[in-house]
Order: sequence, then structure tokens, then C-alpha cells
Amino acid sequence: MTASPSRLADRIGAARAEGRSALIAYLPAGYPDVPSSIEAMVAAVEGGADVVEIGVPYSDPGMDGPTIQEAVEVAVRAGTGMADVLAAVSAVAQAGAVPVVMSYWNPVERYGVDRFATDLAAAGGAGAITPDLIPDEAAEWIAASDAAGLDRVFLVAPSSTDARLAATVGACRGFVYAASTMGVTGTRTTVGDTAQVLVDRTREVGSDVPVCVGLGVSNGDQAAEVAAFADGVIVGSAYVRQLLDGHGADGVRRLSQDLAAGVRRR
Amino acid sequence: MTTTAPVPPPDASLLRPRPEWPDATGHFGRFGGRFVPEALIAALDDLTEAYEAMRVDPVFLAEFERLHRDYTGRPSPITEVPRFAEHCGGARVLLKREDLNHTGSHKINNVLGQALLTQRIGKKRVIAETGAGQHGVATATAAALLGLECVVYMGEEDTRRQALNVARMRLLGAEVIPVTTGSRTLKDAINEAFRDWVTNVDTTNYVFGTVAGPHPFPAMVRDFQRVIGDEARAQVLDREGRLPDAVLACVGGGSNAIGIFTAFVPDADVRLVGLEAGGDGVETGRHASSITGGEPGVLHGARSYLLQDEHGQTVESHSISAGLDYPGVGPEHSHLHDLGRAEYRPITDSQAMEAFALLCRTEGIIPAIESAHALAGAVQLGRELGPDALLLVNLSGRGDKDVETASAWFGLGASTAPTDGDDRAVEAGRGGDPGAPLGDADTTTVQDGDAL
Ligand SMILES: Cc1ncc(COP(=O)(O)O)c(C=O)c1O
Repeated sequence: MTASPSRLADRIGAARAEGRSALIAYLPAGYPDVPSSIEAMVAAVEGGADVVEIGVPYSDPGMDGPTIQEAVEVAVRAGTGMADVLAAVSAVAQAGAVPVVMSYWNPVERYGVDRFATDLAAAGGAGAITPDLIPDEAAEWIAASDAAGLDRVFLVAPSSTDARLAATVGACRGFVYAASTMGVTGTRTTVGDTAQVLVDRTREVGSDVPVCVGLGVSNGDQAAEVAAFADGVIVGSAYVRQLLDGHGADGVRRLSQDLAAGVRRR
Repeated sequence: MTTTAPVPPPDASLLRPRPEWPDATGHFGRFGGRFVPEALIAALDDLTEAYEAMRVDPVFLAEFERLHRDYTGRPSPITEVPRFAEHCGGARVLLKREDLNHTGSHKINNVLGQALLTQRIGKKRVIAETGAGQHGVATATAAALLGLECVVYMGEEDTRRQALNVARMRLLGAEVIPVTTGSRTLKDAINEAFRDWVTNVDTTNYVFGTVAGPHPFPAMVRDFQRVIGDEARAQVLDREGRLPDAVLACVGGGSNAIGIFTAFVPDADVRLVGLEAGGDGVETGRHASSITGGEPGVLHGARSYLLQDEHGQTVESHSISAGLDYPGVGPEHSHLHDLGRAEYRPITDSQAMEAFALLCRTEGIIPAIESAHALAGAVQLGRELGPDALLLVNLSGRGDKDVETASAWFGLGASTAPTDGDDRAVEAGRGGDPGAPLGDADTTTVQDGDAL
């Protein structure tokens, strides 16, 4: 990769300089409604999240388990769109964390890839994570994100071959999203050692792009376990669960505090 | 053009030269490709490689041929339907009888190929999505035949309107899982099947039911279905000494249409006409006409035409036919549309049901409601082309599964009073008016937009 500046890599590097992993919180825009979702994101930051992944609600979230599906379905029905997502991006930036958008590809394509990149940068976003866009299909996004100076995060999985790991890592800027287990999003009781194997393999392909682990982490203990080998810990369903169970922004803040302590544990 | 040709054996279809698309990474022009989580790429690569090896393996080809012949009953015949054709402007109409296949539709052609592929890659469990239930029934059938565990995802809404097929799948030993997320129809069943696959990919193969989805499914399913057109082209040449003027097929995901089109794609004079489900009419917004009424986007792993709103959310489709009730379409159709090689037209629920009744009454053949859309297309096109035209229609399935829906639509008596599953037919149709909606075909002239 060229050495263009990366806000995500900088923030994750700053955490590393403190001898800890970064905490990355996922919440979808628009659940339970747009203002409350933004409040929840700000609470996640207040509780200690370094980065917030702002989910773009999508009607066919093929990589998500029941928890995130349930919340996102509500947001889709309410007509949550890119304007709402961009408002959340600005709010997260204002709260002091690094905002990154997480979107299935069709909403971005529909909005217009160049327009998305331009508007995201203008709103203060660092870049985007694209769970169903592989680098092989991403020529337009790679060009647009380069032009706008945005980070772009692709996923690697336990099933990725070494050749694909190398190609995918090469296309990432900001961090690489290591999907720890084969499956969809959702909390799990154990994170398992496939995550560590994947992180090690990703690092071995010879890159200094940070590697963050997602899928399955739900509490401080698991965060500590993952923080022992990953540059960042991504938590999604557990945050959404707080909202589904009616604990609101306070629940999100408490979860962030627990997780933030976890990523600092030695 | 006037040479006659024997009907080729089914295995020959896989060895024929294929269209110049897709490219090596599954792109049909600007459509197709792979828009899936990275976790699935290895499985899709493995499947692509195993399929390409299997396609030319004489042992597989012999087994495939044997199953098509002895199990499915191929080749399926061509039936001329002159009494039906009287309503088609005098054009002659030939039906390719995929309804006579074992399990009652074209879906078995594809499933036998993918089930053999599953065996070849050493997996013991198959999953499938289904809308009308025909692909689910076909998959459950092949799984029973080959001793594979089978799980079928079906939208809860569809399990009600196609209850007969749910029972068939269960009789065949498959587990049917009603899907309660989203719109509870085919698109959500596909989402659930992908979630299952990514979780269980070590043990499980996804037997995809149509020419949509990520590469290699659109190309592979096309190859397995092209036997329809390869046979039909030879059969029509043999009996008529000429090619048809037009080939018509209904388009849900597009597999029966691609299946019959592929052999004719190089025949520039043969019109290829895909009939999409027009529901209440494309102008009402309640339809399933992805090409006629949609725009390009990404859904279920590929770029193609689809029904979507301004935010890129998939819009729910509407059709009386569960098998066509899908907001997307296979990428090869989008490409054929772009090229101008095929044309796509919407057929409304009422037009389809009119053609359904007409075939029942004039020819003694109860078609699937899906296939009735193609028949309605023949009524339209025949009137446009006039008496010398020769039309070939893919009768993709039989209508047993649709008896309740049709009875409710036509208001046929209390003994077949609509159940839950037929709300839509009652609401849209003539359920409250059990007079004599099915007239004597000989004395009834079908008018455009007028029910029999
Ligand atoms: C009889 C019949 N025809 C057509 C279809 C539509 O599928 P496709 O467009 O892939 O042929 C179905 C789907 O269930 C079907 O059962």
C-alpha cells in the first residue's frame, strides 16, 4: 500500500502505543429510530469505543444473524437512508471517535459510489467496511475511496486461501476485518482459536495493516481474550442486544465500559 | 435450416459450445459476478473447479444421461396445441413439455446435476431455497435418490400458498424450515440458505434453484437446464423442417427460460421472449417484473436488474405465482436484455389465469401458473405475428400444486373453498363470484385483459 494517511490505522496505532487493542463498536443507524441510534453511538464512544461502525440498514443482510436482523428490519421499514447514516457519522466524529460506515454493497451502489465517497468524507467519515464486496469486484470503490482519501476495509475469513489473504490485505487501508468464525453475526459463548489462527495467517502475508477481529465477542472477558492477539476487537450484536432489550444508551455505555476494560486487560 | 436432426442425448448438452459469456469470473457483460462475504469465496471456487472437471468426465456424463432418461423421463415431448392456438391469432403453438418430467417441472434437470456434484465433492448435506416448492421438491427428490440429508428453506408465506409441496418435501424426507424474516417469501429463504451455508460450508452444499446467485451458479444452472432447448431445437427442426419464429418462457429467476433460450441464442432470426410476472400491472408497483420494472443493482450475490427503492432496499414483489414472485432475475437475462437478443414483457395475474384456464379447457393440460405466463405471452405474440407464425412455448411445469389457488381465483365451488393460502387469489380474483367463470372454450373468445 502507498503510505496515504489512514484515520483508522492512526487510531488503532494510538491504542497500540498505549499497550492495548482498539475497541470497535457496531450499531445500525435508525434503530430504534434515527435520533436514539445516534444517542446510542455517542454513548458507546463515551463508554470507551475508539471506532464506531455505523451500519447502513439493508433489506437483505445475508451476513447477519437474528439479533442484527431484527434491529435492521425496523430501521429499513422506517425508511432510514444514507442521509441518516451521514448524520450519525458526523455525530460520532464530534463525540471524538473515528466513524466508519458498514454497508452491504447495494445501498452504496444505489446512492452512487463517487457520491457516497465524497459525502462520507465531507461528513467526517474515515471510510467504509463492505461485507459483501470483495476486492475482485471493487474497482469502482477502490478508485472512489482513493480519490476521497477514505479507508476501505475488506473481510478475510478462516476459509480464505493464502493467496486471497494477500490480495485482500493488499486492497485494505485502515484495517483488515478478520471474521473469526465461519458464520453470521451473533454473540457466542466462545470465540475459539480459529480467530487467532486467522489473525496470525493474515499477519504472515506480510503487511502492517492492523488486523481487527469480529463476530461473536459479547463481554469484557472475551474482549480481553481477543485483545491478546488482535489489534482491534469488533463488537456488534452485543451492543444491538442492549437496545433490543430496552436498555437504551445507558446499556450501551455500560457495555462499552466493560469492553473497554477488557481490551486494556493484560 | 431444413435438415432434420435426432434429439441429442442429455449428456451432450454439457459438452456443447457455450455462449461467450460469462467470463472466467462470472460476468455477463456488466452483470453477474460475486457479491458475497469472503467466507463463501473458497466454497464457490471449489464448486467452480469441481463442476468444470465433472462437466467433461465421461463417468459423470453417463450417469447424468441415465438419470435424465430413466428417472426424469427425458427427452420431454413436444405437443402441438391447435385448439389453444385458435386464440393466438392463428399462429401455430408447440409446447415443450417440461411438465411431464418426474416431479412435475424443469427444476429436476438442474437438481440432478448439482446433487451429483455434491456427491463428487464429498458433502453429505444439501440445502435449498424454494418459492413455489418445485425446486424444493426436486432437491428433496434428488437427495432421497442419492442418500443426502436435505434442508429446504421456504418463506412462511409460501409454505401456506404451496402447502401441497411442503407435504411432498416432508414425505421425501426433507426438513422444511419456514422463514419468518423480511417479506417471508423466496428472497428471504435465499438469505437464510446463504446464512446456513456460510455456517456449515464444510459439510454442506447449496443446491441453488435458478440462474441467479453468485458465480458459478448462473452458468452452471444454465448448463444443466440447456438440455430443454437443445432437445426442443432438434425436435422442432425434425418435425417442422424449420426453426420457430419465437421461443417463449416465463421468467422468475430465469432458469427455464435460459434453459430453452440457450440453444437458440445463435439463431438470430428466432425471437427470444421472456414473460415476467406483471402481478396487478407494472404501473401499480405490485408486480415481479425485474427487467421491465426494475433497475440494475446487487442482490443475492450478483449484479442484475432488481426491484429496489431509492435507498437500494429490495422491494417486495407481487405475483399470483409463487415461483415467479422474486424481485431479482438471473444476470444472463439482464445481459441478453442489454444486448437486445431477448425481449422481456410483463404478464398480469389476470392475463396468466386467463391463459391457464384456456389451456385447461382447450387441451386438457393443467399448467403451472408460472408457465401460464408464457402461454399468455403466446396469445399476445401470436396475435401480433399472425397465422404463419410458429411459436415454441416452454411449459415449465404442471399445475397440480396450483389447484387450490386456481379454484379460489375462479371461484370453483365450496368443496374447494379457499384456505388461508389463497387469500391473494380470492382478493385479486373472482373468489366471491362462483358463477361460471370458466366458460366453454369453444364459445368463448379471449379478449385482451378480459377473464374467461
Ligand atoms: C413450473 C415453474 N416454472 C418456472 C419457475 C420459475 O423459475 P425459473 O424462472 O428459474 O424457471 C418455477 C419456480 O418455482 C416453477 O416451479
